[in-house]
Amino acid sequence: MRSLIDIQELSVEEIDALIEKANDIIAHPEAYREKCRYKKLATLFFEPSTRTRLSFEAAMYELGGQVLGFSEAQSSSAAKGESVSDTVRVVSGYADIIAMRHPKEGAPLVASRAATVPVINAGDGGHLHPTQTLTDLLTISREKGRLSDLTIGVCGDLKFGRTVHSLIAAMARYQNVRFALVSPEELKLPSYIKKEILQQKGIEYVQTTDLSSVMPSLDILYMTRVQRERFFNEEDYLRLKDSYILTPEKLQNAKADLSILHPLPRVNEISTAIDADPRACYFKQAQYGKFIRMALILKLLEVE
Amino acid sequence: MHIDSIRNGIVLDHIQAGKAMEIYRFLGLDALDCSVAIIKNAPSKKQGKKDIIKIDSEMALDLNILGFIDPQITVNVIKDGALVEKKHLTLPRQIRDVLKCKNPRCITSVEQELPHIFVLTDEKKAVYRCLYCETKAE
Repeated sequence: MRSLIDIQELSVEEIDALIEKANDIIAHPEAYREKCRYKKLATLFFEPSTRTRLSFEAAMYELGGQVLGFSEAQSSSAAKGESVSDTVRVVSGYADIIAMRHPKEGAPLVASRAATVPVINAGDGGHLHPTQTLTDLLTISREKGRLSDLTIGVCGDLKFGRTVHSLIAAMARYQNVRFALVSPEELKLPSYIKKEILQQKGIEYVQTTDLSSVMPSLDILYMTRVQRERFFNEEDYLRLKDSYILTPEKLQNAKADLSILHPLPRVNEISTAIDADPRACYFKQAQYGKFIRMALILKLLEVE
Repeated sequence: MHIDSIRNGIVLDHIQAGKAMEIYRFLGLDALDCSVAIIKNAPSKKQGKKDIIKIDSEMALDLNILGFIDPQITVNVIKDGALVEKKHLTLPRQIRDVLKCKNPRCITSVEQELPHIFVLTDEKKAVYRCLYCETKAE
């Protein structure tokens, strides 16, 4: 029995196989409609995340399975003080696989050690969110036809933005990938990620506060939101939240085949005027999230 | 300075000078009934000066904790007045319930019964990170 807590637990070959499976699901959805018949997914969401939860639920329904669960801690036994371990021990008796979202970092790992069914980390605080990274990799792979030989710009909150940290760690395993790190001074990528991933692997990167200076070189632009919930201080949040707003003017010197990604939800960091631009991939990206989760559920349930 | 030799017990040698009291507390040596000698700033060819702890009793030591505090320590086991074993320590791969994670977002901050586990992630720099949230140990 295997869980997925951290994307780093998957080898490059396993990630490539998941992407291949997701592509096959997209091409032949009818072949997968009964694959998880009589199987149940429990979505244990100790904090609300409508998008991720619906994506998991849609994935299970499209595989012919059933879904049960809760969407916030108030409606679960956690509100009565039950531990994560006890909750998943009980739920292991009701479901075949668990997707867990929790505001505390490490909670899904604790769950995976107590559960008798596979646990998928659906986001733990500001820590890890492996299915978002798988979604990003599938999107890049489908848009570019490859995961190597790319210049990737990541822009916005690089300090607290866990999707960016995981994306950098995952993409650093592919050949000839370069990064442009664009953020305000206060929200720069943590130095341990630069040291332990980029510098250790000899990966080329530039760090700047000026998006337009790197725009012409980018194959991928990964925008992120400055998240209120990651700040202890409201004043800092208000000061930094509008640091980067992507507008059509800012795309003037971008490549014609640039792909713009965003983990969503966006607030105002991508102008809605860009939505009609063929380079905007973020809504497609959200849809790909469902397909890669279908591939992951099949893998963890060992359904061929 | 003269300290009597011990007949059956343990000598912790090559302790980094100044760390003896920290080890005394970590190992809970204050709870022992037997003689315990702490020698501070003893001359050392290798280290210049060092601390030594002599425990006049056979006791089970948590070598993991000791290795985490100071991997340079040598553990000498004495039986009937003779040295019967010399143990060299290494940094443990994992330490349990020695440090507490200080990250307020960590699951251990709300679930009190979880063991606090830290994992060695960089042997050269002796970096330990929380198993759950990966916060660096201070």
